[in-house]
Amino acid sequence: MPHTPQRRWYVPVALCAALVLLPLSVLALSWQSIDIQIWSHLLDTQMRRLLGNTLTLVLGVGIGVLLLGVSLAWLTSLCEFPGRRWLDWALMLPFAIPAYVLAFVFVGLLDFAGPVQSALREAFGPLRLPRVRSTGGVIVVLVLVFYPYVYLLARSAFLAQGRGLMEAARVLGLSPLQAFWRVALPMARPAIGAGLALALMETLADFGAVAVFNFDTFTTAIYKTWYGFFSLSSAAQLASLLLLFVMLVLYGERRARGAGRTGGERARVQPLYRLRGVKALAASAWCLLVFACAFVIPLLQLLAWFYQRGRHDLDERYLGLVWHTLSLGAVAALLTVGVALCLAFARRQAPTPLIRSGVGLANLGYALPGSVLAVALMLAFSYLDNQLVIPLSQWLGGAGEPLLLGSLWALLLAYLVRFMAVAFGPLESTLARIRPSLPEASRSLGVGGLRLFGKVYLPLLVPGTLSAALLVFVDVIKEMPATLLMRPFGWDTLAVRVFEMTSEGEWARASLPALSLVLVGLLPVVGLIRRSARASGLAR
Amino acid sequence: MLSRKPVWAVLALSLFGGAAQAADEVVVYSSRIDELIKPVFDAYTAKTGVKVKFITDKEAPLMQRIKAEGQNGVADLLLTVDAGNLWQAERMGILQPIKSNAIEQNIPPQYRASSGDWTGLSLRARTIVYSTERVKPEELSTYEALADEQWEGRLCLRTAKKVYNQSLTATLIETHGEAKTEEIVKGWVDNLSTDVFSDDNAVLQAIEAGQCDVGVVNSYYFGRMHKANPQLPLKLFWPNQNDRGVHVNLSGIGLTRHAPHPEAAVRLVEWMTGEQAQKLFADLNQEFPANPKVEPSAEVAAWGSFKADSIPVEVAGKRQAEAIRLMDRAGWH
Repeated sequence: MPHTPQRRWYVPVALCAALVLLPLSVLALSWQSIDIQIWSHLLDTQMRRLLGNTLTLVLGVGIGVLLLGVSLAWLTSLCEFPGRRWLDWALMLPFAIPAYVLAFVFVGLLDFAGPVQSALREAFGPLRLPRVRSTGGVIVVLVLVFYPYVYLLARSAFLAQGRGLMEAARVLGLSPLQAFWRVALPMARPAIGAGLALALMETLADFGAVAVFNFDTFTTAIYKTWYGFFSLSSAAQLASLLLLFVMLVLYGERRARGAGRTGGERARVQPLYRLRGVKALAASAWCLLVFACAFVIPLLQLLAWFYQRGRHDLDERYLGLVWHTLSLGAVAALLTVGVALCLAFARRQAPTPLIRSGVGLANLGYALPGSVLAVALMLAFSYLDNQLVIPLSQWLGGAGEPLLLGSLWALLLAYLVRFMAVAFGPLESTLARIRPSLPEASRSLGVGGLRLFGKVYLPLLVPGTLSAALLVFVDVIKEMPATLLMRPFGWDTLAVRVFEMTSEGEWARASLPALSLVLVGLLPVVGLIRRSARASGLAR
Repeated sequence: MLSRKPVWAVLALSLFGGAAQAADEVVVYSSRIDELIKPVFDAYTAKTGVKVKFITDKEAPLMQRIKAEGQNGVADLLLTVDAGNLWQAERMGILQPIKSNAIEQNIPPQYRASSGDWTGLSLRARTIVYSTERVKPEELSTYEALADEQWEGRLCLRTAKKVYNQSLTATLIETHGEAKTEEIVKGWVDNLSTDVFSDDNAVLQAIEAGQCDVGVVNSYYFGRMHKANPQLPLKLFWPNQNDRGVHVNLSGIGLTRHAPHPEAAVRLVEWMTGEQAQKLFADLNQEFPANPKVEPSAEVAAWGSFKADSIPVEVAGKRQAEAIRLMDRAGWH
């Protein structure tokens, strides 16, 4: 019997792709009619500035996260200097701080009316300091929040390169710097590219942080068109243009990635270069500086605000918020990782063009601004409810109630669509490291199907699955717009409370939910770190 | 009260149709945040036993959600701020008129939609605030005068993306026409001491810190800050007292077209316009009660009385798009 094991992968991939196609088709359908007045206004007076701002931001954040992410990863994974051991994991902690939180902390702390400038004026009289709410300020904040993506991926790439290779480079007379430029960097390029792509997608979709700075980008224009002109279709049209741009970036990243080579060698345990004297000091200082700016100082400011204002809001309702945040994050992480694993297997076992494009499509949700995705999903779900669910349930003798909209399902599906790419990345690369010869050998020994999965794949997949789940968890608890729009009654989360406080300009009081959010997010980040530390230790 | 139902239980319930709606509850979609409405709803529940379920978000998404839910709507009431938003909700056709003698007696007609689609609940003035250390009140007169040369480098404003500023600009267009308004707004932009801020609190803090001397804010932001710190070196000024008066906006509530519990919802609105609720609702946020029989809080009463602009609040909605385009052209971002 001609058996085609590839065929069974079509159904799950098609389902996932369809789920992402729902909001995308809502965006596409928005082009049915064009509001000339809004578009001519946008083109005449806004577009040049918006595009200029957006490109500056992408360029600045791109360069910034590369500089920080790669340099820190290189130092902590290949060099030895005072403090390396703890900075190695500490530099991942900023991942727990949402961009919108760092933005209001940064502005609240450093702007004219903030404590720093007030103290300086007190001491030195009137001063002319650089503007805080400026292009540079936004870029600094977004770089500090998004560099962990590059750091995380570059670090594991450097660690995986194995000692033999770098030692060979050394024996051949390359200085550490030459070895970095000519050997380590080119080999880590796919990982760095993937991290950069994630950081840039986050940048393009960000609304919370740029809103604090009142920095107008393409994304703020989408919101303004919807909230101000009340033209959802024009907003959707703008969003589809943004999506097109992101697809181009992603395509470029895939092309530039080329044939990714993963070092299959033994990973290093000992750092390669022992830095001394000024060099060691400089390395420590650089890592410490980034850690302080991205994590310690914001945390201290949040604590100070918490002490001044936030603690008075603390009541037993907060337990409910924390509980909702945790359980939404956990269930969404489980669901997303399960589905992403299925997609990753599909792509490995049946890499037909159809499957590949289906999987690519399923990963696109990450690129959309959260609120646009949320409203597109909401419209799609209400359509499904009205056209499919209600007639079906009435036909079956049910109550004919809408099933999706306003239910927890809708919210979880929204998370799934939005964060699929976050889970898919680590899973795909973990799967890629399992050589095809391994399952082939098992099959020849008569182990197949579920037993093969349980005995061979699962143990090897556990680390990657865990990282994927933790990443999704942190992203979900930070997520704001979809949670706001689609949460069922009574499911307020910490992010919702941050939104409520910051929308009233109450930054000091937002410290309570923001601080709780950071602390809740820290647990999985620490877990991620411990796991990655153990994995690199185990690989001996 | 903590709802600690496990997620899977909720998911399973929703799958097998456990979503039967209680008759004695009202569902509200609110763009007013949790802490500014929950005490009011809690008081209603304590008094009548009727449960009020609500969800908060920004106006536009909430309105879109009501529209998308259509006949299967779960929301009975839309509670939102700014006449511009209420006017949009009316135009989207997601509301239906309320006929109620109690409401008509409680709230004056200028604070209700002429269609009856919504009623105002509280009022706020968008007015001038100044530093008592660097500005004498005699120097101030009108919104328009903030465009004069004497305020160069001394003015602070909030972003034009906020609907409050769009409504203010809309009433200026109604009064002066487009060309003159654009001139005024350009004058404001030229007088800015720094980039516009993302919220009103930041404007107040900037004036306090000496970054600028005057600004335009909603009265309750000042009220909250002044209540927390009575030594605040800032004061409100009521402009345009010799012509049309201060720009006043409102928060309001409307019955959705497909409300599942219309009678219960109307009873809640009637109660919210009554004296007990009005006092609570307005005082929570240092606003003026829309019901003239109700005294404002001590903080608000201390600001004194003023002449309010009598332009119908719906102008804010009608001219909102025009106002946004004008502000964009003038460089108010």
